[in-house]
Amino acid sequence: MAGRRSDGTPVRRPLSPHLQVYDMLQMTSALSISHRITGVAWSIGSIVMVWWLAAAASGPEAFATVQWFLGSFVGIIFLMGLTATVWFHTLAGIRHLIWDAGHGYDMPSVYRSGWMVLIGTAVLTVLTWLLLLISW
Amino acid sequence: MSDLTQAPPTQAPRPTQLRTALGRVRGSGSAKSGVQHWWGQRVTSLALLPLTFWFMLSLASSAGLTHAEAVAWIGQPLNAVLLLAMIGLTFHHIAAGLQVVIEDYAHVEWIKMASVLAVKAACALLALTATLAVLRIAI
Repeated sequence: MAGRRSDGTPVRRPLSPHLQVYDMLQMTSALSISHRITGVAWSIGSIVMVWWLAAAASGPEAFATVQWFLGSFVGIIFLMGLTATVWFHTLAGIRHLIWDAGHGYDMPSVYRSGWMVLIGTAVLTVLTWLLLLISW
Repeated sequence: MSDLTQAPPTQAPRPTQLRTALGRVRGSGSAKSGVQHWWGQRVTSLALLPLTFWFMLSLASSAGLTHAEAVAWIGQPLNAVLLLAMIGLTFHHIAAGLQVVIEDYAHVEWIKMASVLAVKAACALLALTATLAVLRIAI
């Protein structure tokens, strides 16, 4: 990282390792970047939540439009992707909070919690859509 | 800073770290701020955990709502309060998270600053829009 000292002379600080040093097919780095990607994707998805709420407040016609979109083919694919995104980011977030508390840093635990996040995401996504289809 | 002058005269001490004692106590580094941003992300994520389960469960069990049903659900006081809490926490968490992503990948200072400010503005406006919608229905 290029920076400057207070007297104006340039200084090159050491950089932490970046993408090129990681094997992205490893569980550890793959789940790490997935947590970030799902965070960004969920941020974009939250715009639809605002649209849904604003449409409900604005009236039956606007609400019918948003419900039509969410019930369309594109809308259902979007919602399915968002459901998996939400559960992954939530479960991976719990994993990060446990790390922040200082637990689970040894490699067997890291892999075990990684698999729990992946399986949990699949299970919760399927359960969510089962509930949705039953209540439809 | 006065640590250096208090060293034994025989041997000039090599400072092992450059932060002042006051800065260390306040948790402040060279960025002039401490762990507030990091801590805020964790606190909002903890608060969002139960809200996420509640919101997902509510939405999944109410697919194909009519407008009247949706308005009735949003207007229930408990739902409205939880929605308002979720909206504030969600966009706080999003703004904090996207800021870190931008700071990691944008290396041109003005682009970084403009992007972070744009994200914060968008989050504030989306949060206000959603809040207004809930209040309009609930009040």
